[in-house]
Amino acid sequence: MNAKKSDKLATGMIYGLVGIVVAILVALLGYILYNGVPDINWHFLTSEAQSFSAGGGVRDQLFNSLYLLVLALIISFPIALGAGIYLSEYAKDNWITDIIRTSIEVLSSLPSVVVGLFGYLLLVIQLNLGFSILAGAIALTFFNLPLLTRNIEESLRSVPDLQREAGTSLGLSGWKTITKIILPMALPGILTGLILCSGRIFGEAAALIYTAGQSAPSVDYGNWNLFTETSFLNPMRPAETLAVHIWKVNTESVTPDSSVISSASSAVLIIVILIFNLGARYLGNKLFKKMTAAK
Amino acid sequence: MKTYDFNQQYISKIEQEVALSTENVQVHYGKSHAIFDASLDFPRFQITSLIGASGSGKSTYLRCLNRMNDRIAQVDGKILYRNTDINSKNINVYEVRRHIGMVFQRPNPFAKSIRENILFALRNNGINDKKELQERLETSLRDAALWDEVKDDLDKSALALSGGQQQRLCIARSIAMHPDILLLDEPASALDPISTSKIEETLKLLSKNYTIIIVTHNMQQASRISDYTAFFHMGHIIEYNQTKNIFTAPEIKATEDYISGDFG
Repeated sequence: MNAKKSDKLATGMIYGLVGIVVAILVALLGYILYNGVPDINWHFLTSEAQSFSAGGGVRDQLFNSLYLLVLALIISFPIALGAGIYLSEYAKDNWITDIIRTSIEVLSSLPSVVVGLFGYLLLVIQLNLGFSILAGAIALTFFNLPLLTRNIEESLRSVPDLQREAGTSLGLSGWKTITKIILPMALPGILTGLILCSGRIFGEAAALIYTAGQSAPSVDYGNWNLFTETSFLNPMRPAETLAVHIWKVNTESVTPDSSVISSASSAVLIIVILIFNLGARYLGNKLFKKMTAAK
Repeated sequence: MKTYDFNQQYISKIEQEVALSTENVQVHYGKSHAIFDASLDFPRFQITSLIGASGSGKSTYLRCLNRMNDRIAQVDGKILYRNTDINSKNINVYEVRRHIGMVFQRPNPFAKSIRENILFALRNNGINDKKELQERLETSLRDAALWDEVKDDLDKSALALSGGQQQRLCIARSIAMHPDILLLDEPASALDPISTSKIEETLKLLSKNYTIIIVTHNMQQASRISDYTAFFHMGHIIEYNQTKNIFTAPEIKATEDYISGDFG
């Protein structure tokens, strides 16, 4: 076979493989949206879930998912940022760093059920947090931290060393160089990682069943005092998320319209992730442009 | 490859005012010895070029002069600047680098606007007076022969500039700090001839007010712009003299061979 032919063949194969990936994605998304979207309406999004009768909504579950996502990111992002900066900028190439990297890799391949049970034993039982948003957020942090750390490390590493030298040669301290020069350039990569992690968190069920719980007590959306029992912001209340709700509706629900609720919830889940992705990308691009003056 | 006797050296004494000098500087990368006993005096307000083959240690030596090798290599010996050994442990390296600026081989502007490229380090060094910042922005860009090309685009990204413009921006960024000495590590090697000649003109003008030390692969460049030249070979300084002497009547055989292209 000559070079031209084999090149054509290889190109064709690559197109074919991409086609398969796209086809699977489109089929999955299409199926979920096709089945779910017709049942999404204002009532569904703004009413409470029903345990026995038809016509329940997902208001609380949707809010819980978002709140948990925000809380988990608030806890995990600073830790991952610090660890990522350490690994990329400060860590020497020695066995300690190797151990840290290996631990992170092991942690990232931990099944989420294990994370959930660990969270249950440590947070819910030992630390007495009970089934709560806080316990869920911390469990998700365990789950999230390895990927986010690695991602931030890689993003920082991909900034050329020339930039570090430029900062140093101007008499800037290492810290200033990292925070003001390297970090802004790594922003798009970090953002992509953050979006991927958010998607994972948003769709996570197993780790949350044992930590954030499976019940969604009714809360008062007008009560902004997060230290009161009924406040929607109270981090100590149990909180069933959308993904957990889908699981629960499918396994043990007795409502007559459980299949409708589960398809509609799945569609809502996907749409919210989509909105979140696009929004984060848009904001990130804007921020990047502002920081780097790229027009 | 021809072998030369490293003990055959010709280092000419500098009669005029010296801006920076090194005494017996040694550099080790781990176990490998990269620079042997480098002792040179750099005359003030002159251009000195460091020439030599790849791997001869000229860039390594240059990077010692403002402590850029700190986390990379072990540097011993004395580097004297204003009667202070800036290679000693208790020296404030950030302060050193403010006095001794550096421009690198490949242009490395920050991913910021042209204005911010110049002003960022100044602000971080405590200069906040608006008038002063504006003044430094304009003079440094003028001195680097870039002002006329960018004066209307100061808020555009520096990354949109051409390679030659980026490199002049990096020079402007360095001189905006008002250093005494400017180190340049092959600043024109990644640029086309027109950009190169612009950079050379710029350096010529700057040498009125700055002491310039430049590493270059290009011997024409060394002979065109520099007043003094040091020839490096395998970590040793073989010859150091006024440029015109080096290029017309070298004292050492190795230098002569390198300059005439009959080397290695």
